[in-house]
Amino acid sequence: MTLSELKIGESAVVTAVGGEGILRRRLLDMGITPKTKLMVRKMAPLGDPIEIRIRGYELTLRKEDAAKITVEKLSESGK
Amino acid sequence: MTFALIGNQNCGKTTLFNQLTGSNQHVGNFPGVTVDKKEGTIKNSGGAVVVDLPGIYSISPYTMEEIVTRDYLLGGEPDGIINIVDATNIERNLYLTLQLLELEMPMVVALNMMDEVAGSGGSIDIQKISAGLGVPVVPISASKNEGVAELVTVALRTVQNNERPKHHDFCKGEVHRAIHSLAHMIEDHAEEKKIPLRFAATKLVEGDEAMMDKLEINQNEREIVQHVADEMEAALGTDREAALADMRYSYIEQICAGAVHKPGDTAEQLRSVQIDRILTHKVFSIPIFLGIMLLVFWLTFGVVGSTLSDLFAAGISLVTNLADEALTRLDVAPMLHALIIDGIFAGVGSVLGFMPTIVTLFFFLSILEDSGYMARVAFVMDKLLRKIGLSGRSFVPMVIGFGCSVPAIMASRTLSSERDRKMTILLTPFMSCSAKLPIYSVFTAAFFPEHGALVMMALYVTGMVVAILVGLLLKGTIFKGNPIPFVMELPAYRLPSAQNVLRHMWEKAKDFVVKAFTIIFVATIIVWVLQNFSTHLSIVTDSSDSILAAIGQVIAPVFAPLGFGDWRAATALITGLMAKETVVSTLAVLMNVGEPAMLVPVLSQLFTPLAAVSFLVFTLLYMPCVAAMAAVRRELGSLRGAAAAMAFQTSVAWVAAFLVYQVGMLLGF
Repeated sequence: MTLSELKIGESAVVTAVGGEGILRRRLLDMGITPKTKLMVRKMAPLGDPIEIRIRGYELTLRKEDAAKITVEKLSESGK
Repeated sequence: MTFALIGNQNCGKTTLFNQLTGSNQHVGNFPGVTVDKKEGTIKNSGGAVVVDLPGIYSISPYTMEEIVTRDYLLGGEPDGIINIVDATNIERNLYLTLQLLELEMPMVVALNMMDEVAGSGGSIDIQKISAGLGVPVVPISASKNEGVAELVTVALRTVQNNERPKHHDFCKGEVHRAIHSLAHMIEDHAEEKKIPLRFAATKLVEGDEAMMDKLEINQNEREIVQHVADEMEAALGTDREAALADMRYSYIEQICAGAVHKPGDTAEQLRSVQIDRILTHKVFSIPIFLGIMLLVFWLTFGVVGSTLSDLFAAGISLVTNLADEALTRLDVAPMLHALIIDGIFAGVGSVLGFMPTIVTLFFFLSILEDSGYMARVAFVMDKLLRKIGLSGRSFVPMVIGFGCSVPAIMASRTLSSERDRKMTILLTPFMSCSAKLPIYSVFTAAFFPEHGALVMMALYVTGMVVAILVGLLLKGTIFKGNPIPFVMELPAYRLPSAQNVLRHMWEKAKDFVVKAFTIIFVATIIVWVLQNFSTHLSIVTDSSDSILAAIGQVIAPVFAPLGFGDWRAATALITGLMAKETVVSTLAVLMNVGEPAMLVPVLSQLFTPLAAVSFLVFTLLYMPCVAAMAAVRRELGSLRGAAAAMAFQTSVAWVAAFLVYQVGMLLGF
């Protein structure tokens, strides 16, 4: 599944980072690399963008970009 | 001795810069771009200079800030690097550090916000981090001025002793092999171009086109680079950019695992989550944002700003009177006297009258910015502005535009992408500024006394609609292509420091005064001469004989299709370039009625009601006043760009007014 499909409060592990050019580079630079754990913190009032917690800080990105990040959801017990 | 101060955004870099330099600083520009270059002398350092570089997350070749930083670091000017790192967010901050180490320059890491780490029961083993990075690490708290003196001592020492990073080999396996084989190949190129070898090799493995060009490697070598990268990608099962990002983050995780003890989030982070429950709340966030903007507006343009403005105006008129008396006593020629008092003092004085408003506004804006709230505004508003190709950050300058275009355009400086900045600067003047209100009120009183409020509302909405349409047009044409992605950190809320806020206000005020005494000064003199001399260069007694009136007569036919081909309307529009409210005072003079309020009964001699609407639409949209033009020129960094923006806005105004008038005629108004 992709990062944009996660619900608020759910955690996941990044498996692949898609996109290209400047977007992809920015995602990687900001620490969204494979095997990294992240959590969806909230959604903006108008439904987009989303806020995630990764590597101990809060990052916001648009859903269309989040859809390019493949993740594997962690079960609640796996937290 | 020169140091480059570099770090991520929101890591306290500006605070540290202010602590290092005190008041010994000045702002310039990096050559050819509109990125600020702040420079200052470090206190108690024997004259060492520190240059504040833009806040960036990586040295990739994508954004203007990244390119500026990279060119500056490779350009040979700095002798050493001070890298500031946010200790509460150490993993992501060290990502930039690892790239800086590859430059093989003397470097010290300033581990900032250590007070917050300690405050939440955490600890960081400085020795271990330092050993892992191979450079000295100094724990500091920039906001409390703790550890800064020690930082300076260590920084000076690293340069004096030429202490280079002890190692930069963070890689292993396939990445290691790729970097080393390319390093071997490009050794001569790198030496010739004076680019650190390791940095160059890593960038080549990463697929950095700019570095390939810089090294001037030939086609054969390019193929080898591609081949080495392909082999690495095949062996790792991932591509080159991801491989290197992963290499850096893996090394960081390894260093931090043994050195960073973090029991949980810091108090500041926990507090931010709580604050965000309200400020980015599903329902309340937008009303709260509008409320905050309204409050800032009310305080700036209503309470504080207007009190200060009145005081300021009183001060200016006092100085004017003194100068007037002095000139009379000195028996200066009447013409020169009039130029100085009625031209320069009146003109520059009226523009300087904006100053209190600008300073007050930037007081509030820097608080909103430094506290971390602006990032939330971007988060909340992003979806609305995305459709016209902007991001949420542009919302604030646009809103300020309703007050005054000058600070609105100046506020665009904080936007992180050049494209957003340029588009915001182009669109902001379409937000109807408060100086246009006197025009609207005179015209509505004359033509639509029953529906004044409705007409004004319609004008404001027209401005916004035009901005949206023009935004869509620009997005599909000049600003086509990839915008900078909206992938942004939401920093923890922090109390803004008084020093930073005051310094920011001071910089903006200085900026504005410089403008007032250069471009605005010249414009004032020109307009005064045009108004007071006839085409035969003699002083006029009747304003209809002036050069300005002659120009008005020449350009008046341009406005005929808009319904106001009278030279007096054209002349008023020209003087409106000094300040928009001048449009009505000029009309009053040209119609021989003294006061603008007296225009109400006589305006129908010049305009039909439809032509009045068309005139209002033109006034709403045409090029901004000279103070705003000066701001546009400054922020775009080019006179040609500013001129093009003005021509563009005036064309938009002409087309809009033309449509209003012609369609109105067809409909029988």
